[in-house]
Amino acid sequence: MFGRFTDPNDQTAQPFYALMHEPIVLYTCIVVVVLAVVVLAAITLLGWWKPLWKNWITTVDHKRIGLMYIILAIVMLVRGFADAIMMKGHQALALGDASAGFLPPDHFDQVFTAHGVIMIFFMATPLLFGLLNYILPLQLGARDVAFPFANNLGFWITFAGAILINISLGIGNFARVGWLAYAPLSDGISSPDTGMDYYLWSLQLSGIATTMGAVNFIATIIKCRAPGMAMFKMPIFAWCALVSNVIILIIYPPLTVAFALLSCDRFLGFNFFTNDGGANPMLYVNYVWIFGHPEVYVLVLPAFGIISEIVPTFSSKRLFGYTSMVWAVLVIMILSMLVWGHHFFTMGGGEQVNTFFGIATMIIAIPTGVKVFNWLFTMYKGRIRFEPPMLWAMGMMFTFVGGGLTGVLLSIVPADFQLHNTEFLVAHFHHTIIGGVVFSYLGGLAFWFPKVFGVKPNRALGIASFWFWFFGFYFAFFPIYIVGLMGETRRMQHYLEPSLQPYFIVAFFGAVLILLGILCFVIQVILAIWYLIKNKCTLPVNENDPWGDARSLEWSISSPPPVYNFAELPQVEDEDAYWDMKRRGVPRKTSGFSKIHLPSNTNAGFIGGILLLIVGFSLVWHIWWLAAIAFVGFIFTILCHSLLGNHHGYYISAEEVQKTEDQFTAVLNAKGVKA
Amino acid sequence: MSVVSQIKTARMEDDHYDGSTMVLGFWIYILTDLILFATLFANFAVFSSAYNGGPHGTTIVDGEPLFNLNYVLVETFLLLISSITYGLAMVQANKNNLSGVRAWMAITFILGLCFIIMEVNEFHHLVGVLHDPAVNPAGITSAFFSAFFVLVGTHGLHVTVGLIWMALMFFHLSRAGLDSHNKTRLNCLSLFWHFLDIVWVGVFTAVYLLGVL
Repeated sequence: MFGRFTDPNDQTAQPFYALMHEPIVLYTCIVVVVLAVVVLAAITLLGWWKPLWKNWITTVDHKRIGLMYIILAIVMLVRGFADAIMMKGHQALALGDASAGFLPPDHFDQVFTAHGVIMIFFMATPLLFGLLNYILPLQLGARDVAFPFANNLGFWITFAGAILINISLGIGNFARVGWLAYAPLSDGISSPDTGMDYYLWSLQLSGIATTMGAVNFIATIIKCRAPGMAMFKMPIFAWCALVSNVIILIIYPPLTVAFALLSCDRFLGFNFFTNDGGANPMLYVNYVWIFGHPEVYVLVLPAFGIISEIVPTFSSKRLFGYTSMVWAVLVIMILSMLVWGHHFFTMGGGEQVNTFFGIATMIIAIPTGVKVFNWLFTMYKGRIRFEPPMLWAMGMMFTFVGGGLTGVLLSIVPADFQLHNTEFLVAHFHHTIIGGVVFSYLGGLAFWFPKVFGVKPNRALGIASFWFWFFGFYFAFFPIYIVGLMGETRRMQHYLEPSLQPYFIVAFFGAVLILLGILCFVIQVILAIWYLIKNKCTLPVNENDPWGDARSLEWSISSPPPVYNFAELPQVEDEDAYWDMKRRGVPRKTSGFSKIHLPSNTNAGFIGGILLLIVGFSLVWHIWWLAAIAFVGFIFTILCHSLLGNHHGYYISAEEVQKTEDQFTAVLNAKGVKA
Repeated sequence: MSVVSQIKTARMEDDHYDGSTMVLGFWIYILTDLILFATLFANFAVFSSAYNGGPHGTTIVDGEPLFNLNYVLVETFLLLISSITYGLAMVQANKNNLSGVRAWMAITFILGLCFIIMEVNEFHHLVGVLHDPAVNPAGITSAFFSAFFVLVGTHGLHVTVGLIWMALMFFHLSRAGLDSHNKTRLNCLSLFWHFLDIVWVGVFTAVYLLGVL
């Protein structure tokens, strides 16, 4: 009846093993459940369910969906970082045998898998989609994304995936296979427990949502640009978003196929990646890296885009080399597809294959270098202001170049034979991902924070957060480079060599610094929430260009933007559209608006997402009848939405627009800003 | 302000339903789905001779080769003809002839359904053969048959989704006739249906013809 929960012959599932035997898991689950109860009770007591449902859960407004993505990403950042600091703390103590430290081998394996999976799929990707959702339509001068319903549904499917993978903390277990789950370790014989099934189904959900999002963003960029905005007048962030989403559409199908085939191996007794039936586990490694390598470019290209927005703003100069920036991004897109083999030089591809992938990898340094030089030349002779976003941008440039260099080092095939699968590799990719992606995204959050809330984030906390992260990164990962060079293999639960321990202790100190950085950031978020509550959940409108010298269209409208974004679609003449308007003295329109059409809310996205969560959970536990019912329910929900949903949207009257714009005009007049 | 951008502004302000965006989005989706099929084709190519000592396309079972080309040719023609009939439905849609659309779509639906029934029947037969120790002594699904089932089955699943969508279209047509929303839906379904046809031509060639001839 309840699948693996009640199957007496199933010795491997053990639904509550972790809760009964791992105190860390037990206490974490208690804290999470208590927090959830407190939050739900607070919402109920304050009577917020109705506004929550009406304004957030069913919304199709790209700004609100973007914020929900960002909130999800921040929660997952805390979860993934908890795993990270546990590993670092454990490694600092893990000299000796398997009983050293505080994580037993089985739990340690689950923790490093959880860290990787959650950080890439449920932290970085939602954070990317959150930023794209909020910023992209504003930069393009659009009223919403091309497919608002798909946007809502995509968020709730991502949410379902994130919840599903986190359920495995308390019920069942997490996979013990590393973040890409190499076969045959991940097949039904080597990993018969539920962890791999949680992994597969939650990542399939996330993959569906990511694909839907990518289709949506590409269509938005192609069809919804403001009048006059030719492709080569788009902000660089929009260009990077376009290329990043094209990569998503190319690489997610191979990942979906790899996971589907692995599921067939596990559920149907097929033989793709097992050790039987003429199967070939090497093929799995190829598939996941055809996905996995371009995936880091999916994350880092928008990061480049963010830096390309921040640097000109805080240097008060036009971006150097716009066209070369665009071509560099396009070249990176093509090259990113040609390098996956460098993840398994040691698997015996032969010298021709390895040489090809090694050289292709080295060539990527060239377009990346073009971008770094463009930023440096933008800063050159600029009037640089050291606001927190600019600190993040400069920290990113300084750090990311180093991470890129160790990447070139690893692309040298003979060197890789030595460094493959060591802590050196771990240090390298954290160097690029923290230095490149995390610094940029946090910079982006700081940069666009005043656009969302109407007030700047606390400056002191922002600066403190940056320096904690910056030094924390170097303390945490440079010792890891050294132990890697000394030959320490990655994913080791303990080590026997006493001379390694000081390095791991320094690395733990670095992780503590990063923790302080995250705390500063979280306090900034809490202050923002406090500001929201103080203003009774309606943010007061504020001036449009708080940083000064901002260049793209999102800074031409009020902060926070009105629900319709642009009272009148802007006419774009230049690649720095808003800066050009300021320079030419184009006056802001203050009267004579017409009614604006917007899409209607829908509850089908939320219901569909929750049903898919049930489908995933019951597939993990082999509760077939429930999976079938929930899946049919999902199809039915979508059909109902198609047949009965409101596809015609609604109008905001001209008077309403006038009233909203008058408020903004009053704010501008009070501040004496000419816009 | 140039004339073109004035027209564009006017269109975005007044006629908020722009079917071309939906069709473009659907094209983009089809491209990504095509990459999914490309991966499955590559997967089949890798395992195209990984029989593991078990049966394959030319294995003789009950006096006939396992892959019966005549049977598959009938399937192929069902699907190809259904593409033509869907095209005729679109011709009627462009003439705003609702009953013509219904008639041709009904024929398309029946042809697609026959295709699915034939495929399920073929799968049923093959699963029986794989469980026959006389033909498949190892008793496990070889990598070749794993790849076969997943490639052909994924196409079959897509056709099934197309059929569900077509059934949904009848409801849409009876609710609103041939309005702009429904014409866009018909256009997208048309893209989807022809796309599945093209993929099937690939399946027929790579799996059946190359597997038998």
